[in-house]
Amino acid sequence: MKTLFKELLFPLIAVLAAFVVGGILILLVGDNPIVAYRLLLGSALSWPDGIGQTLFNATPLIFTGLAVLVGFRCGLFNIGAEGQLYVAAFATAWVGITFASLPAVFLVPMCCLAAVLAGAVWAGIPGVLKARFGSHEVINTIMLNFIGIALVSYLTQYHYKAPGDPILQSVPIGWGAHIARLGKFIPGLPERIPLNLAFLLALFCCFLVYVFLWRTKWGYEIRSTGSNPAAAEYGGISIKKQIILAMAVSGALAGMVGINEVMGYRYRYYDGFSDNYGFTGIAVALLGRNHPVGVILAALLFAVLQHGGIYVDGFSEHVTKDIVQVLQGIIILFVAAESFFKYMSGKLRIKNPGKV
Amino acid sequence: MLELRNISKRFGAVQANDNVSIVVKPGTIHAIVGENGAGKSTAMRIAYGFYTPDSGEIYVDGQVHEIKSPHDAIAVGIGMVHQHFMLVEPMTVAENIVLGSEPGSAFALDLKAAATEIRKLSEEFKLAVNPHAIVEHLSVGQQQRVELLKALYRHARLLILDEPTAVLTPLEVEEFFSILRRMREQGKTVIIITHKLSEVLAISDEVTVMRDGKVVGGVQTKDTNATELARMMVGREVLLRVEKPEPKIGEAQITIKNLTVTSRDGSKPLNDISFEVRRGEIVGIAGVEGNGQTELMEALAGLIEPSKLSGQMDFAGTDLIRKDARSRRELGIAHIPEDRHRRGLLLDFSLAENSILGVHYRKPIASGPGEIFLDDGAIQDRVNDIIKNFDVRPPNPVLPAKALSGGNQQKLIIGREFHVHPKLLLVSQPTRGVDIGAIEFIHRKLVELRDGGCAVLLISAELEEVTSLADRLLIIHEGKIAGEVDPKVATLEEIGLLMTRGH
Repeated sequence: MKTLFKELLFPLIAVLAAFVVGGILILLVGDNPIVAYRLLLGSALSWPDGIGQTLFNATPLIFTGLAVLVGFRCGLFNIGAEGQLYVAAFATAWVGITFASLPAVFLVPMCCLAAVLAGAVWAGIPGVLKARFGSHEVINTIMLNFIGIALVSYLTQYHYKAPGDPILQSVPIGWGAHIARLGKFIPGLPERIPLNLAFLLALFCCFLVYVFLWRTKWGYEIRSTGSNPAAAEYGGISIKKQIILAMAVSGALAGMVGINEVMGYRYRYYDGFSDNYGFTGIAVALLGRNHPVGVILAALLFAVLQHGGIYVDGFSEHVTKDIVQVLQGIIILFVAAESFFKYMSGKLRIKNPGKV
Repeated sequence: MLELRNISKRFGAVQANDNVSIVVKPGTIHAIVGENGAGKSTAMRIAYGFYTPDSGEIYVDGQVHEIKSPHDAIAVGIGMVHQHFMLVEPMTVAENIVLGSEPGSAFALDLKAAATEIRKLSEEFKLAVNPHAIVEHLSVGQQQRVELLKALYRHARLLILDEPTAVLTPLEVEEFFSILRRMREQGKTVIIITHKLSEVLAISDEVTVMRDGKVVGGVQTKDTNATELARMMVGREVLLRVEKPEPKIGEAQITIKNLTVTSRDGSKPLNDISFEVRRGEIVGIAGVEGNGQTELMEALAGLIEPSKLSGQMDFAGTDLIRKDARSRRELGIAHIPEDRHRRGLLLDFSLAENSILGVHYRKPIASGPGEIFLDDGAIQDRVNDIIKNFDVRPPNPVLPAKALSGGNQQKLIIGREFHVHPKLLLVSQPTRGVDIGAIEFIHRKLVELRDGGCAVLLISAELEEVTSLADRLLIIHEGKIAGEVDPKVATLEEIGLLMTRGH
């Protein structure tokens, strides 16, 4: 309990500090921070639209947060979740279009598998490059972001777009690839809200990632490699295998964004759908202290900000939804500065007891 | 010269110094001994102004001084040389020495005068240091002398040396001691912090023994001996000699033939080595550090890429050359690495998680379908077993390994490696940075393992350790075996010559 509190303390301080600094900025541009924050939080937490939409927004962030987390635990920085989720979303749609006539029993698992595999392969490439040649995963994942995003954009434009469609999107996927929206099961939640089964899948993945990393031998090997590669090697663990495995798992998790987007929301591939989910996932993982439970909490927070931002934009005089970007930025800054604060507090602790 | 009177210092829950009083007479070499964590370094850091004491006074030349920073300490003539050198490696000796008190005006650095001064000091104390040499090109022993010069250049009359011999080879230690004696002749006062009793007896005039933050005794060196000092340090009788029965030697467990390690730059840190280790014997490897010992152990443990290896390693009929670390472990090879922080431990992981490294993937630790899941019960059994049999303290499996003292970390590693009942144990520097009490324990365990029929290959920088533990002693020099001696009859001079000259 005490350690849990300790773990949560710093992220909480970061969030509170961000709100304080953000409040000052709101004051400076001439609005009342309390009104703005009430708009922000009130809209995101209203039932059913606010909460439904917020949970929907949180879904891709949970996936990408987990993806970045798995990389981090192996000592890898996967900043290619963005490219991975695009490639995976397209692959999901491709299967849903190509096998459109299949019944849901087959098509749903096939599409899910496509999302997971495409993500795993796209992240696996930099994994293999690192293991085989030692080239840095940060460079390669960034590069593959550009390649992946351009590739699926090209395929959509020239091969999978409905003729005459002015929007850059694919033809619809088959009915058998649709997954249910949660409005179907929850009274009072209208079905127009895109919150769907992928949200439950995301929560389940948090559980799976926890079990995988902390309860299986594979997770032990990945974490050992991340914690001290020389010791892992000494313990008979192949570091190369762990790098490839961790990248593939990371990419698979990022790829599941495609399930939420294609199978649960738009039922087609829509180019440019991602609101920087892959990059926000880095912040989610950091704020969530690289723990699955933390990732859920951090993803929810970021989702609240995103959704509430729209309302702030519409209903306040001066503040725009950019305030959300500012808040996110400050939170990240504070979280990233953690080691600095720890260092400072450590210094103070050594100096103080000198005088009694 | 220096007197600490009733110094107390507390860090959080730890009383690092409890009413410590030490009198250091001018013109003497004064040793402060004690186990790790006894408070010797804390006391000296207080004298040097790194820490301010919670209570107590510091007297220099009979006058009370408030030493709040190293600056104050230097001003009253106290200098300190740390265990880890504080030198800027790409810069010259002179530049390093003047750093912090650069001579000349604000715009021009007058190194010439400094160099002359340094040369004069170097000659006075026979340090043989060239002021224009680049520090990173110097040997560790020479770098240490630069540290001494740094203190002397600032007119230190009292030098505090923290574990100065930990980084030196036996010959360098001898040289270093003659420098210290010369300093004493010139009227300097020296405080030497150490836990090596032989050195205390060899160099010091007076000894202060510390334990658990308190001074437990002060004696004239000529009136004491190692056994008495050890008893004062540990607080009980300690066996300094390794007691071991005659070895019952069996067949060869590993036969190494023409083993060569070629690095990427073409050099051969290990060059055509052949020897064997038989069941029931401890083979010791002595040598100056950096003569291929690390490579030998890593090559045997499977931690060097097979493409860099040539030769044969016959392990009771199996050639190991192409086998990876995991399959070697499965064959019955255990390894206690020389650097426990780099290789041996996952410092952020708990004791429990550390206790399964190397066996985490197989029964009984891994269980369930496909042996995928870690079995908590089995892990607990294992870690508790190790904690109990190897007296790991504090005995709390959920603590991270970094929370343990060096000795306890080492006991955890040794416990883990012994737990698999190895056929061949590779062990490097088993007692580096480990308390006397734990050293005795570790030595006993190694002998027990040998008597159980295990083949043991031991590498240690402590000559005393290899000569007292080993049944046969090989000397390694520049990647080759320079000779084999019987540790029972060989003299230290004989071994020392093989170590440095190679013949």
